[in-house]
Parts: sequence; C-alpha cells; structure tokens
Amino acid sequence: MIDVSPVTFTLLAGIAIGCALMVVFKKNPVSSAFSLVLLFAAFAGIYALLGAHLLAALQILVYAGAIMVLFIFVIMLLNADEPSFDMGRSHPVLRAIVGLFCLTLLGFFVWAFKKSEVSLVMPGLFSTTAVDAAGGNSKVISQLMFSKYELPFELTSILLLAGIVGAVAIAKRNLTSPKEGVK
Amino acid sequence: MNEINPGVEPWLVQSFCAIIFFIGLAGVMMRRNILVILMSVEIMLNAVNLSFVAFSRQHADMGGQMAVFFIIVVAAAESAVGLGLLIAMFRTLKTVDTDEIRLLKE
Repeated sequence: MIDVSPVTFTLLAGIAIGCALMVVFKKNPVSSAFSLVLLFAAFAGIYALLGAHLLAALQILVYAGAIMVLFIFVIMLLNADEPSFDMGRSHPVLRAIVGLFCLTLLGFFVWAFKKSEVSLVMPGLFSTTAVDAAGGNSKVISQLMFSKYELPFELTSILLLAGIVGAVAIAKRNLTSPKEGVK
Repeated sequence: MNEINPGVEPWLVQSFCAIIFFIGLAGVMMRRNILVILMSVEIMLNAVNLSFVAFSRQHADMGGQMAVFFIIVVAAAESAVGLGLLIAMFRTLKTVDTDEIRLLKE
C-alpha cells in the first residue's frame, strides 16, 4: 500500500489517460501536441504525489519545456496547414488487430500485477521518513548522483554532445532522393 | 493497512502505467503521421518512468528515481535526433506520412 491520497491520484490518472487517448486519436498534430503538454503536467503531479520532487521539476523543465517546444517548433516549421498533414488512418482491419493485441497484452499485465501483490524484495534504506530526515528528495538524489552513479552521470554528457552533433548533422545535410520523381 | 489514510494499491499504479504504455504502443502502430508516432514514443517512455518511480516508492530505494533521471536525458537526446530525422525526411519526400517511405522498394 502506497500511502498517497487516492482522490488526487485518481484525478491525475484520469487526466493522463484522457490526454493520452487524445494524443493518439486526434487528427490534427497541433491538438495532439497540446494534449501531450497536459499529459506531461499530470505525470509531474503524480511524481510529486509519489515523493519524487526533483523528477517532478525535471519533468516540467525537460518534457513540458524543452521537448514540447521542439515538437511545436517542428510542426510550425513543416507548415501544418498543408494538406499532407491530413492523411487518413491506417487500414481498419489493421487497426482492429492492433487494438485487440494491445488490449490482450494490457489485460495480461493487469492480471499479473494484481496477482503479484506480495513483494519479495527487501525494503531499501530510502523510506519516506529516512529521505525527509536526510534533507529531502533532491538532496538525496544529488548526493547519489555524484557518488554511486557518477560514471553514468558523466557518460550522459557525452550522450548529449553526440545527440546535439547528430541532430545538427542530420537536419542540416541536404539529402537528395535517388530518383527525382519520388515526390 | 492504515485505516485513516487508505492509500493506493501498488498494482493499481502499475496497471495505470500499463494502460498509458499500451495507448502509446497503439499510437505507434496505428498512426501514419510520423510526428504523432514520435509523440506516442514519448508517452511510452513516460509510462515506464512512472512505473520506475512507483516501484522506487514501494521498495524505498532511490535506484528507480536515478534510472528515471537517465531515461529523461536519453529521451531528450532521442527526440532531438528524431525530429532532425523528421526534418530530413520532410525535405526529401515532402510529406510526413510513413507510408511514403519506400525508397528501398523503388
């Protein structure tokens, strides 16, 4: 049992599920993008509810801030009024198969989660009271980041550098299609 | 356990993560607009992140929250590179429809 407010959790979860459905089923990518912003905000609320305060802040800064700005920027760059954006959905039979497949797997997962209620893992050192006594979630995570997880933390800087260089190189190079008649 | 504050069952939180994840998976497999496909990938990453945070709370272990931190970094790099690829695709094919990617077939 996780001792968080069930009302708040249900409210945020409902918002998140509704927004996720809207992202997938709205035809216009701009409305999908704005539903995605609301989804990220709901997730940040759930992180804060579960005591992950640093991650809630990072969720807003990185996802709702940086990544969504990038998405909106690309949508505007590609000129969303073009008719090429209004493409139909995929084949109805394919959609039915995909929906059935996802629902079956989802049912299996829910059944498995319901069945494995008893946790066999020993509780770790960082209970809610221990984290609060050590100076809060952000302090504990920062201390871990620069002690136990220092090597992965340094490696992320290389990853981000590679990402920047790769994104610029891919977006800047003028790829020509092998055949001129390819649209 | 605690009668005053009923709380949320862990399996409910994990089931919620699974619901969000499979909505994202359905979006990746159903939609043809590559922008929406990238957004659905972000939804799936977020669902996994929430699963990590819930397990971190349940087991009183900070490893899950550190994993989420690194996933957020990788997701930022992934979306930058993915949108760069999208722009290159739009320049080459003049469309964002994934059914039009068939250069290998011609």
